[in-house]
Amino acid sequence: MSSTASPAPRRTALDALHRSLGATMTDFAGWDMPLRYGSERDEHTAVRTKAGLFDLSHMGEITVTGPQAAALLDYALVGHLSTVGVGRARYTMICRADGGILDDLIVYRLREAEYMVVANASNAQVVLDALTERAAGFDAEVRDDRDAYALLAVQGPESPGILKSLTDADLDGLKYYAGLPGTVAGVPALIARTGYTGEDGFELFVAPADAERLWQALTGAGAAAGLVPCGLSCRDTLRLEAGMPLYGHELSTSLTPFDAGLGRVVKFDKEGDFVGREALAEAADRAREKAPRVLVGLVAEGRRVPRAGYPVVAGGEVVGEVTSGAPSPTLGKPVAMAYVDAAHAAPGTPGVGVDIRGSHEPYEVVALPFYKRRK
Amino acid sequence: MSNPQQLRYSKEHEWLSAAEDGVATVGITEHAANALGDVVYVQLPEVGDTVTAGETCGELESTKSVSDLYSPVTGEVVEANQDVVDDPALVNSAPFEGGWLFKVRVAQEPADLLTADEYTEFSGS
Repeated sequence: MSSTASPAPRRTALDALHRSLGATMTDFAGWDMPLRYGSERDEHTAVRTKAGLFDLSHMGEITVTGPQAAALLDYALVGHLSTVGVGRARYTMICRADGGILDDLIVYRLREAEYMVVANASNAQVVLDALTERAAGFDAEVRDDRDAYALLAVQGPESPGILKSLTDADLDGLKYYAGLPGTVAGVPALIARTGYTGEDGFELFVAPADAERLWQALTGAGAAAGLVPCGLSCRDTLRLEAGMPLYGHELSTSLTPFDAGLGRVVKFDKEGDFVGREALAEAADRAREKAPRVLVGLVAEGRRVPRAGYPVVAGGEVVGEVTSGAPSPTLGKPVAMAYVDAAHAAPGTPGVGVDIRGSHEPYEVVALPFYKRRK
Repeated sequence: MSNPQQLRYSKEHEWLSAAEDGVATVGITEHAANALGDVVYVQLPEVGDTVTAGETCGELESTKSVSDLYSPVTGEVVEANQDVVDDPALVNSAPFEGGWLFKVRVAQEPADLLTADEYTEFSGS
């Protein structure tokens, strides 16, 4: 186990609690975060079958307010945020002028003239800087709210029942990708029906000072339903099974949303210019006519696990690269996401493998996601 | 956790039992198993292979990483634990018992293996 010299990692409001639970901690994007509390496979299974509780306070919240908040976000992001209703949320991206992805985001419209942009921890500063720069000339304010929130997530099929026991908020009326202000266990919270696990679940944005009280209340309310604390390790395998991209793996500044198979987030039909429009229009044409590489799923026939950066091979040639790989607890086999040359990207393409430290292991090309919950 | 007194330990976090009729058992420590997380794949040396103290002889994969397996001793492999190949979780659940990895006919033992107390201090657990 090696460690690299870097500034002391930041700690969330729940740091002492994680340590008291015996969590294995890891440095993630400059934060000291729980990797797992016990077995990451058990944590993964709990989220798929019962419920899991996550501390996601490393995520970066940025508030955008003002009469032109909507117009600013339509200009600064690739999505059509002015059409998002109050109380709803949207998955979107922020790109450079050349179309490269700076980050993927969830944007909540809290009021007519107030949005909350949630960025990945690793990109929060970049997103904040870009939004601030792009706000020039707009009657809107961009506010760094990273320290204003702790973020707890309750994910899994039992999560609605667990949360219902702690709040009067109308959870049945709260649709997927919606968020409403409410009170949970006496704690004021923005209650959002979002997540990154492929399961039903909620994300609760609260004041850091309230985080521990809320964690304890959720732990108590969820105990009988099988809720367990969950670390980032299982969050990664959960999102991988659900085919969800992770910035730095499937997404980067050298790729456009179209390269990542997520061109649908780019809304060309919105009014006015937006950052990246021209480059993204070209990227859309390119993707339609001759996609260089395609993001696919790979399922192992053997047991050796592909890792990010491993070459995808066919007929002795490198035809792609693994972006994320892990043993899938749900499938019971190693799985990976990979960018693969279009000629080898169709599900069922024979002869595709992954070069696992010099040995070519056979893999099946499949459509993403690997796992889809029954609704 | 406690590291069994009757075993000796390498700084690569393997344990070695006292040899019986010249054959010793090798595994990884609980400290190492905990650090790896859930082990999902184990590649062991094959019976008849010669392993060398301090050199890699297999690999262990967990959810998050792959790690080389180092032999704590030099000799010939006489048995590999098929149970752990079939059920790698044994490495996590019983690292000092059912999760043993292979048995080796000892040709030469390195002089720098640690006692249980020394290893506890070295690993911090």
